[in-house]
Amino acid sequence: MGEDGTIEHPSSTLTHLQRLEAESIHIMREVVAECENPVMLYSVGKDSSVLLHLARKAFHPSPPPFPLLHVDTTWKFQDMYELRDRAAAQAGMELLVHHNPEAKARGINPFDHGSLHTDMWKTEGLKQAMDKYQFDAAFGGARRDEEKSRAKERIFSFRTATHRWDPKNQRPELWNLYNANKAKGESIRVFPISNWTELDLWQYIQLEGIDIVPLYFAAPRPTVERDGQLLMVDDERFRFLPEEEPVTRSIRFRTLGCYPLTGAIESEAATLSEVIQEMLLTTTSERQGRVIDHDAGAGSMEKKKQEGYF
Amino acid sequence: MTEDVRNSVYEADRLIAEDIDAYLEQHQHKSLLRFITCGSVDDGKSTLIGRLLYDSKLIFEDQLAELEADSKRVGTQGQDSDLALLVDGLVAEREQGITIDVAYRFFATEKRKFIVADTPGHEQYTRNMVTGASTADVAVILVDARKGVLTQTRRHSYLAQLMGVRHIVLAVNKMDLVGYNRAIFDAIVAEYTEFAESIDLTDVTAIPISALAGDNVAARSDNTPWYEGLALIPVLESVQVGDAFDHGAAFRMPVQWVNRPSHDFRGFAGLIASGSVGVGDPVRILPSGRTSTVARIVTFDGDLDRGLAGQSVTITLTEEEDCSRGDVIAAADDSPAVSDGFEVMLVWMAEEPMLPGRPYWLKIGTQTVTATIQSPKYQVDVNTMEQQPAKTLSLNAIGVANLSTDRSIVFEPYRKDPALGGFVLMDKLTNTTVAAGMLHFALRRAENVHWQAIEVSRDAHAQQKNQRPKVVWFTGLSGSGKSTIANLVEKRLHALGKHCFLLDGDNIRHGLNKDLGFTDADRVENIRRVGEVAKLLTDAGLIAIAAFISPFEAERIMLRDMMEPGEFVEIHVDTTLAEAERRDVKGLYAKARAGKLPNFTGVDSPYEPPANPDLRIDTIATTPEDAAATIVDLILQDR
Repeated sequence: MGEDGTIEHPSSTLTHLQRLEAESIHIMREVVAECENPVMLYSVGKDSSVLLHLARKAFHPSPPPFPLLHVDTTWKFQDMYELRDRAAAQAGMELLVHHNPEAKARGINPFDHGSLHTDMWKTEGLKQAMDKYQFDAAFGGARRDEEKSRAKERIFSFRTATHRWDPKNQRPELWNLYNANKAKGESIRVFPISNWTELDLWQYIQLEGIDIVPLYFAAPRPTVERDGQLLMVDDERFRFLPEEEPVTRSIRFRTLGCYPLTGAIESEAATLSEVIQEMLLTTTSERQGRVIDHDAGAGSMEKKKQEGYF
Repeated sequence: MTEDVRNSVYEADRLIAEDIDAYLEQHQHKSLLRFITCGSVDDGKSTLIGRLLYDSKLIFEDQLAELEADSKRVGTQGQDSDLALLVDGLVAEREQGITIDVAYRFFATEKRKFIVADTPGHEQYTRNMVTGASTADVAVILVDARKGVLTQTRRHSYLAQLMGVRHIVLAVNKMDLVGYNRAIFDAIVAEYTEFAESIDLTDVTAIPISALAGDNVAARSDNTPWYEGLALIPVLESVQVGDAFDHGAAFRMPVQWVNRPSHDFRGFAGLIASGSVGVGDPVRILPSGRTSTVARIVTFDGDLDRGLAGQSVTITLTEEEDCSRGDVIAAADDSPAVSDGFEVMLVWMAEEPMLPGRPYWLKIGTQTVTATIQSPKYQVDVNTMEQQPAKTLSLNAIGVANLSTDRSIVFEPYRKDPALGGFVLMDKLTNTTVAAGMLHFALRRAENVHWQAIEVSRDAHAQQKNQRPKVVWFTGLSGSGKSTIANLVEKRLHALGKHCFLLDGDNIRHGLNKDLGFTDADRVENIRRVGEVAKLLTDAGLIAIAAFISPFEAERIMLRDMMEPGEFVEIHVDTTLAEAERRDVKGLYAKARAGKLPNFTGVDSPYEPPANPDLRIDTIATTPEDAAATIVDLILQDR
C-alpha cells in the first residue's frame, strides 16, 4: 500500500484488486456512454460505499454523471441516514430518496407486516422510483459470490417494462463487450462489482480508506434477543414484547437493512483488520443475518429476483 | 482426508488467527487467474468446483447445512454430501441435475485469486462455453477415466482453441472408480495429446484426479504414487498469466467516454487494452490517423507516469484533437489497421438463424457500427472439425464468412489482440446478442465488392430501416384534429429516425383521387385506393400514416384485412359533433348546414364510430402533443 493509502503498481503485473477495480470502472463508463438516464442504487451498505467510491474514480475529475437513488423504508439505522447524506455531498452527487406512498399511507412496518414490509417498501418502491424518473439503467452492488442464483446473473441484467428478470433469457456476455441495447420501457440493472468477493470488498475498503457505516464495527449497543436473532434498539419505535428489556451488548452487523429485521452478532471486532479477521474465521455466510433468503426454502432469492426484488 | 488436505496446503487459517495484517498483506499481492471448466454432463465438473470451494474454505456452515439437506432431497451421492449442489444454482437445473448456463465462482489460495466460469457440457449450449472461454486464461477439461476421450472432449478442446485459450489442463477424473490405474490414465493422455496437437493445442498438462475424493486436487495424492506432476491447484497457481504488455505489445486504448468537467479539461477515458503508455509518448488517434502527444495520465489517486494494460485511466493530449467514443488511441509508430471488410469466424448464439444481407449492430472495443454478413464460406462441425458447406448459421453453429461494415473500424486480428479482434453482433429489432465473432484479417478491396445477389424481400426493406412497417390510420369527423395529430406523429417518428410518410385527404384528393366525389360509392373507392397505397408503402418497409374521415366501419375492417396481421393501427380521433362544428376551421360545417355541401359527414351523411379502435383519442381532454406522444409509444412498443 502506498503512503497515501492508494494502491501502488510496483511490478508489471496488476494485483487482483487492481484488475477488479479497473473492470468495475470500465463497466460504469460503458453504461454512461451507452444509456440515456442511468442512476446508482444506493443502499448505504458497504457494497454501496465501494460502488460509490468506484464511481468517483471512474469519472474523475468530473463528479459521477448520474444521481444516487435511495429506496428508503424509513426503518434504516440512524447511522445509515447520516452516512448517506454525507457521502452524497462529498461526491457532489444529487441524492434522490423514494418512499412508497402506499406503504406510507398504510403504515406498513416491519413489526406488523413481516415480508410485506420488504415487498412494499423495497420491491414496489424500487419499481415506482424507476418508473417515476424513467431511469433506463441502475447500478447495483450485487455480487456473484453472495448467493447461488446470483452466480449466473449477467453484469448487464435486463428487466422487462414490468421489471421482471428472466433467468432463462439472458444475453451472453463475451470479453468485456456489453450489449446495452433495449426497447422502450425496458431497463438494465448493472452490477459493476459482480466479480468481487466479500474479502475483496473489505480489503479494498481498508486500502482505500472508504467511509462505511460505523455499525460494521463492534461497540456497546442496546439489544434484544428474539427468535435466536440479536436485534438492536435503534430508536423509540422499537416494539418490545412483554418482559423484554434492552440489554447492552458489544455487537456489530455483517449486513445492514431495516433495523428491526437485521440480526447483529456479538463481537469485539472494532477495527477493519479485526472485522476481516472475524469474517474469515467465521463459519456462517454473509446473508444469514437477513431473514429474506430463508422464508421460502430453496430458490427463494431467485423467485424474489424474478419478481423484481433487486 | 479433506481436513488434512486443507491444513497441509492452506496455512491461511493459522495466519488469519495469528497475524491478520500479514495475511492481508499476502492476499493483497495475489494475482488473478480466470479459468473455465468444461466436461460432459457426468464428468463431475460441478463436483470439482464444489471441491475447490470446499478445500479453499469458501463453504460456510450454513451453506453446508443447506447442502446436506439438499443432498438428501435431490443429491446423487446417497446420504453423503453432493458437492455438485453447491454450484448448480438455478432451481430448475438443481432438479434436473444438470448445469444449464454460465456460472462464475470465486476462490483464493495463498498465491492467487481465481475466477471460475462453470460452463455446461451438452451440445446445445456451445454458446455458453464460448462465453466462458472468452475471458479465460486456462481451460480445465474433464474426462471421466471410465469413458476416456469423448466427442464432447474434442468439442470443448476445439472451442477453447477457437477462443484463444492458451493453456489446457486435462483433468482425468473419477480415478477412484478405476482403481487409480496408471495404464488407463496413460492411454487417455496419449489419445488426447495426439488430438490436441492436431488442432494446435500444445500447452497441455494432464492430471489424474478424483474430485469426489479430493485426490490430486489441492495436493498430490498417496493413491497415485506413479504420478510425478503437480496437483491441480498448484498447476493453476503456477500458470503464467499473460499480461499483454509483457510480450512487448504496442499500446492501444479504445476510448470509452470523453471527460469534460470544464472547458479547460478534455480527457479520454478508457481501459488500456495492451501495452503501456507514458507521459510524453507520441500517440496516433484512429481511425483519423492524426498524431498527438500524451500530456497527462489522470486517475482519482493522482496522475501516473505510466499506464499499463488492464488499468482504467483518463488520458489528456497536448494538442486539442478531435477524439471521441469509438476511437482508439495507439502507439504512434505501431498502430492498428483500419478497414471495412473482413473475413471472420462466427459463433451463432440466437434461435433465429443468421440472415445473409441483414444489417446487424457490430460492437468491437467501444465501436458500434452496422455490419452485414455474406453467406458463410463454410461451417465447422464441432465434433469432427470438418468444414461443411452452409447457406446460413443456426444456433450454436460455427462458421467462416466475409463481413462488411458501414464505416471503417479500427481492428487487430483476434489472435494478436482479442480486445480489438473479438466482437459481438446484435439484432437491430430484438436487441439481443446473436453472435460472437473473431476477426481473421481485412479483405482487400477487390474481394470486398463481390456481393451475392440477395433477394430484396419485404422483410429486407423493413430490416434495412430498422423498423416494423405499420399503417397508422386516423378516423374521425371533419375538424376533429386528425391531420394536426397525424402531422405531429410524423414529425416525432422522423425525429426518432423512423421512415414514415403521411397520406392525408388533401394531398390524395388533389391527385390520385381527383376523379372521385363524395357519394357513398366514391367514399368507399377513395378509401380502397388509399389503402392500396398504404399497403405498398408497408411493402417498402415504411410506416404509413393516413388521416381520413373514413366514416364507415365496413371499409375500416376491409383495410385491416388488406394489411399484414398486426400492421394496421386504427386511431379514433373522437370529438363531439358540436365541438367539431364549433371549431369549423375550414368553414365546412357552415356550408353544409347552409345546404351547399351535400353528403357531409355528421350533417347529412352518417359517421360510424369504430367499435374496437387500437386507440381512442379524446380531443377535448387531450392536447394534440400528448396524443401524438401516446400514439408514437403505441406504434414503437409493438416490435
